[in-house]
Amino acid sequence: MRQLKKRIVKDFFFSLIIIVMAFSACIPLFLILGFIIKNGASSINLDFFIHLPKPVGEQGGGILNAIIGTFIITGIAFLLATPLSILAGIYLSENRKNAFSEILRTSVDILSSIPSIVIGIIAYLWIVKPMKTFSALSGGIALAIIMLPVVIKSTEETFAIIPYGLKEASFALGVPYYRTILKVILPAGLSGVITGTLIAISRIAGETAPLLFTAFGNPFMNLNLTKPMNTIPLVVFNYTTSPYEQWHKIAWAAALVLLIIVLTLNIFSRIISKKWKVKF
Amino acid sequence: MESQILKIENFSAGFGKCLVLKNIDFSVEQNRITAIMGPSGCGKTTLIRCINRMHEFSPGAVFSGKILLHDEDIYSINPIIVRRKIGMVFQRPNPFPTMSIYENVISGFILNGIKLKKGERDHIVVNSLQKAGLWEEVKDNLHRRGTFLSGGQQQRLCIARALAMNPDILLLDEPTSSLDPKSTLLIEQLMEELKQSITILIVTHNIAQAARISDYVAFLYLGELMEFGLSKEVFTAPKNKKTEEYLTGKFG
Amino acid sequence: MENNKHRICHINPDWKQFSRVKRLFKISDIMPDFFFKKVVFLSGLAVLLLVISILVSLVIDSMPSIKAFGFRFFTVRIWDPVFEEYGALPFITGTIITSFLALLISVPFSLAVSIYLGGDFIREKSFFAGFLKNSVDLLSGIPSVVYGFFGLFLVVPVIRYLQTKFGIAPYGVGIFTASVILSIMIIPFSASLGREIIQMVPAEIKEAGYSLGSTRFEVIRYIVLPYCRSGIIAGILLALGRAIGETMAVTMVIGNSNLMPSNIFAPGNTMASVIANEFTEAVSHLHLSSLVEIGVVLFMVTTIISVTGKIIIKRFTVHT
Repeated sequence: MRQLKKRIVKDFFFSLIIIVMAFSACIPLFLILGFIIKNGASSINLDFFIHLPKPVGEQGGGILNAIIGTFIITGIAFLLATPLSILAGIYLSENRKNAFSEILRTSVDILSSIPSIVIGIIAYLWIVKPMKTFSALSGGIALAIIMLPVVIKSTEETFAIIPYGLKEASFALGVPYYRTILKVILPAGLSGVITGTLIAISRIAGETAPLLFTAFGNPFMNLNLTKPMNTIPLVVFNYTTSPYEQWHKIAWAAALVLLIIVLTLNIFSRIISKKWKVKF
Repeated sequence: MESQILKIENFSAGFGKCLVLKNIDFSVEQNRITAIMGPSGCGKTTLIRCINRMHEFSPGAVFSGKILLHDEDIYSINPIIVRRKIGMVFQRPNPFPTMSIYENVISGFILNGIKLKKGERDHIVVNSLQKAGLWEEVKDNLHRRGTFLSGGQQQRLCIARALAMNPDILLLDEPTSSLDPKSTLLIEQLMEELKQSITILIVTHNIAQAARISDYVAFLYLGELMEFGLSKEVFTAPKNKKTEEYLTGKFG
Repeated sequence: MENNKHRICHINPDWKQFSRVKRLFKISDIMPDFFFKKVVFLSGLAVLLLVISILVSLVIDSMPSIKAFGFRFFTVRIWDPVFEEYGALPFITGTIITSFLALLISVPFSLAVSIYLGGDFIREKSFFAGFLKNSVDLLSGIPSVVYGFFGLFLVVPVIRYLQTKFGIAPYGVGIFTASVILSIMIIPFSASLGREIIQMVPAEIKEAGYSLGSTRFEVIRYIVLPYCRSGIIAGILLALGRAIGETMAVTMVIGNSNLMPSNIFAPGNTMASVIANEFTEAVSHLHLSSLVEIGVVLFMVTTIISVTGKIIIKRFTVHT
């Protein structure tokens, strides 16, 4: 009897520990959200969105250039990476077992494990060094490389679960292969592909490391793709690590804006994957 | 005088070195229902997949011999054209999940990029659904997704989809094996009506079904054609010993 | 029947079949398919070539450093751009300490999350399960730079306070702070993977345990965890890969000192953070090349770790 009691007590404490530890794992999330919302909200106003940064010592100033820069550089990455990744994802899902697809699958795994800072080095060596200037383009290319494996994987996984019967139905109607893929398989897996793309975008929109020596940052407004450009994560980094109280305030607000953009994309992608799910 | 629309001549097929069909020889009469039956693994499905050239999608697919449609070898015609002339309905209903019922019926045209006028489209949809006996049930829900229908309705939608392309021959690969008895009955009645205008080839492992609906029957055993003839004769007085054993339930 | 009599059909039209087909049909029917397949294949090939050229390009640009220092690069503890003497030992040490410390802190939490969500505690659709799962997922969506920001403004003051309390030099920033931030960042990776792995344990063997009168603790301790061991280890490996490559958050709170760290509270640098700090300032050819070599090491280490992790998971999934 005493032994049984001991076992039950042990079980009780085990459960308690698991539950307490599991839920304490989300404390940081609420600390981060609360902390940044509380401090960031007070420094955000309309000026913050429509003005350019001001030199140290002057009040106010905004991050309009960084907001636009984030959109441009993320946009470049999106345009470069998405078509290629969807096609490569189609290749992988259509050729499950041949030797080349095994090699390709492994190299996609490798690509996704390369630290983003190393991708930054690559973009520097390939684009910045030959062009002899930091540029938005090199930043976009770095982010595109980071985006590739995410979209390839999600495309492959989505297409892999589409029943073969669907493809068969299309073939039996005399539909050529390329039309079957583009008009039957792609629409059926579209929500998965969009979800994957949105998750990838939300990830690269917050990336800083690969932009440090590619897009570099720029205190002025710049729309020229071959010149350095600012992004919100770069603002957060540069202003946080600066010694000026004034700039810290901007960093707060920028961090809040970044957090809102990234988490909105993230949540949006979850909703799409649930709502648009195709029933087979 | 009945005409033979499809002739299968000395046809063998298989995967890699493994032959699953050996020297099959028979002809299909126009506007008749021909059933192909046999125990599982006898090559029934492979045979009809060869008829509209779906077999070659399987890895390592090989074949020899001839299949003639209107006396023309289908293996010398572009497979895409063969498949438009020979429609197919599969074991499991597979309507396109991203399309409405309306779009599913004309999906053959949509997917092949064939442009139709609104009037033509409507006509084809109504006509095909009526032929498939589905019109009354779905006429108010034409723009809902096809996947909301019941299994039997989905299967008739797949038949309507195949009929919309106006094929010469309709291949049915165990179309009722995943359906309940009531839906099965509906589809069998449907086939009776359809044979006025189309030639039907149906694969079934259900002897009773073959006896109920077919005019001709082919019995396959281990990849070989054991017997082919009028259903009346085969079911009442089988010539082949294996056929007799199969019909009386000795195996399979 | 001879086999060579059979015409062989492939789903992919290769040149051989293409030429056969060309004679029989109109080319216009076949060309789109042919080109589509080629385009799809070439996209795959492009991705493969990209990965190969990344590796090749990194190695080429680190050649000057490899030639100048050879294996010394990994054993020398001096990193001095003025005298052009580069040894990566302080950063390798920094990376090893921060990432393993981060693992040590995060594993109990991520394991608790995995076990809690793994099935025996709570229904998958319940509010608390959804809440925990979504919170942990959101944690993985927060950008690295925001973690760094959070670390610098909230964690650093707390640690500085603790350090004064315990009589340690109150830097605030340092290896320990970096490890704390890192541990928060990697919880989601091992937790979500661990949850999936634990959910794969067949119900029958758990029920067998319960039917023998075991408590939940005993079932998890003696049945579930041993069953999932390799999967959980794989999850930890993937988290380790993340931790090693993590740059921004670490750079912001580690103190950026190129000296060999004397204890875990001292400021230091990791391989990733030294690249972030010095790359734009590197004027000499050799300095840049040394940083690229650190990049090569990072590439190799993270690749080996995560590919190993993925192989283990694949085996586990097939085995189950």
